[in-house]
Amino acid sequence: MNYNILLAGFGGQGVLFAGKLLAYCALMENKEVSWLPSYGPEMRGGTCNCSVCISDEPIGSPLVTEPNVFVALNQPSFDKFIGKVKADGKAFVDSTLVESVSDRKDIDCYYVQATQLETENELPKGANIILLGKVLEATGMFSDETVRKALEKIVPASKGWLIENNLKAIGIGRAQ
Amino acid sequence: MAVVFERPKALCDVPLHYCPGCTHGIVHRLVAEVIDEMGIEGDTVGICPVGCSVMAYNYFNCDMIEAPHGRAPAVATGVKRTNPDKFVFTYQGDGDLAAIGTAETVHAATRGENIVVIFINNTIYGMTGGQMAPTTIPGQVTQTTPYGRDPQLAGYPVRVSEMLATLTGTALAQRVAVDSVPHIREAKNAIRKAFENQRDKKGFSLVEVLSTCPTNWGLTPLKALERLREEMIPYYPLGVYKDITAEEGNK
Amino acid sequence: MEKNLMKGNEALAEAAMRAGCKCFFGYPITPQTELAAYMAKNMQKNGGVFLQAESEIAAINMVLGAASTGVRAMTSSSSPGISLKSEGISYIAGSDLPCVIINVERGGPGLGGIQPSQADYWQATKGLGHGDFHLLVFAPASVQEMVDMVVKAFNKADEYRMPAMILADGLLGQMMEPVSFPEIAVEMPDKSSWAADGHKNKRAHHIINSLYLTPEELEKTVVDRYAKYDIIKDKETDAELYLTDDADIVVCAFGATARVVKSAVNEAREQGIKVGMFRPKTLWPFPEKEVQKACANASKVLSVEMSMGQMIDDIKLALSCAKPVEFFGRTGGVIPTPAEVLEKIKAMGGNN
Repeated sequence: MNYNILLAGFGGQGVLFAGKLLAYCALMENKEVSWLPSYGPEMRGGTCNCSVCISDEPIGSPLVTEPNVFVALNQPSFDKFIGKVKADGKAFVDSTLVESVSDRKDIDCYYVQATQLETENELPKGANIILLGKVLEATGMFSDETVRKALEKIVPASKGWLIENNLKAIGIGRAQ
Repeated sequence: MAVVFERPKALCDVPLHYCPGCTHGIVHRLVAEVIDEMGIEGDTVGICPVGCSVMAYNYFNCDMIEAPHGRAPAVATGVKRTNPDKFVFTYQGDGDLAAIGTAETVHAATRGENIVVIFINNTIYGMTGGQMAPTTIPGQVTQTTPYGRDPQLAGYPVRVSEMLATLTGTALAQRVAVDSVPHIREAKNAIRKAFENQRDKKGFSLVEVLSTCPTNWGLTPLKALERLREEMIPYYPLGVYKDITAEEGNK
Repeated sequence: MEKNLMKGNEALAEAAMRAGCKCFFGYPITPQTELAAYMAKNMQKNGGVFLQAESEIAAINMVLGAASTGVRAMTSSSSPGISLKSEGISYIAGSDLPCVIINVERGGPGLGGIQPSQADYWQATKGLGHGDFHLLVFAPASVQEMVDMVVKAFNKADEYRMPAMILADGLLGQMMEPVSFPEIAVEMPDKSSWAADGHKNKRAHHIINSLYLTPEELEKTVVDRYAKYDIIKDKETDAELYLTDDADIVVCAFGATARVVKSAVNEAREQGIKVGMFRPKTLWPFPEKEVQKACANASKVLSVEMSMGQMIDDIKLALSCAKPVEFFGRTGGVIPTPAEVLEKIKAMGGNN
């Protein structure tokens, strides 16, 4: 297993949380893992991204500049990073918010109406996790069982209902 | 033979380096007498400034710390917060407290740090040879105001007791002088009250002491005392500017 | 041992408390803010003191006060804030007080930026304040190492009665990695021979001071301190040597940059290039013997830093300029990529 994942979108779309969920999944399976957010003014409404490295070997640079898994939650992020995806890599795009389609033939692109599905399924702020469901399905990165364990670790007990909501969102994403 | 006057135990038996006629010695003695009377020497930590009293750590018998210029209230905060059962005092001059250390002074006061600050105001930088202090009076000649302090050029003096009295965290802000026996008695009472405030966890207590600097003023000790009375007290009126224990008593 | 994901900044704070740190004084600055926030949330619960100071200057002087009484004290900041603390750090060193200072570096000079940098290397190792003195400087390269080094920093600061610094950067401070907290045996030495915490009428008064007006007396305190530094230089250096035994090119890097370099070295090895990495874990004392060993069989040396080149001086000195030492770096908050480093290695003739 050797994933260099870049997730990007607007601040508030749950980019960092989605990355954190992947990082905790990796932790649950005793993988080597690092999570690195962009920080600074981005967190107040601008674009925001985070790098997640998951590997069987110790992580070198935690900064992902050439992802083999790229998750784009908005148009500026798609525009900025789609050209950086490694050949044979995979890109996952919220096609409700991203109008473009990549013309790259050397990568696999998956377009999911994540924000629309979020509204249809009444899962507020769930687009990030819906898209993550597609990532997990297309890459085979982690099982739902691992995701549940990770969620139990990061969701505070007082907000336990979020675990089922997130698992539901993952399921919707997997089915796309 | 009855002993009627002796060195306070809280003062070390060493000669002080202060100039003839300087009133630091009087104020040191008053602080030491209060420490003796309250029996707190073993539980007291003093903080020295940078300035003429920089070597006060050699004069007080309690544990002593030498602070960077102006930072004594921050150092005192570090000591008091981690040792709340100890008595902590700073001893600072006007340049130290009201120029380079203004931020540390104001914020220690507004936090209500439960410490005592003894503030020596002699309207001049003594240790460096007589430069303008934040408390130098308009018209006063110093090495760096050779034509007299011109507020248009050098701004106005800071009235520290009045300023700190505006802060909620200040428990006591009192200005005293050491130019006469009645004033010295009053000064000692103020210092005593400040230490008692600390014992009673009342918060930040400042005692501003109008003092002389015969050497840098270019005056004899007696003439210096006259200047204190005639020029300083009118500009810096003596009195209690804030005393929460009196306010509590009035309720 | 249970592992958790933690940000470097938070791990530093947790480790400090576990190491017996009883007070934290700080001032907000990016990118170290999470450290202070973590302390604010947890220090009081642990029976310690958290105080947000009015300035970096006040914060370091609060540390001076607390450390004077024998308490384990810490402050943290990022580059511009460390410059403000330098006055207090000099006094702390001159008063032989132990404490721990964290620098989560960002780009400079001036207000600079907020992205990761290593441009405070000279400041930390050569001159963090006026006068002849040193700090112990530790350079972690992972969140786990941040934990381990904070504990070590407190212990060594106490052992040698001197300030210790963790020189990290925004990348390490912000990143999350798995981390575990080993059972920490806190070695709390007896400080009763010098601490100014009230003499209880049982001993002569203690004076914490850095003022010596007689030159000969001041010289003696400095010379004595340097005798202590010699012992430290002999005993306390630490470094990682990675694939250096047969390396023709040795790449030197510390902290976060060493991770980038390791990726590049691994890539180069896959391409058959004989390259290794030297990573100092202590920046002062600089691991001179270790770098000599690492470069023993190398014909060329490269220093990679997030600056315009500062550690390179220490490498050249340690190698007595006997080997060519080249430089590659990015500055201003730009993080070098493994690809850039690999390119530089190749440009140095690393195909032979």
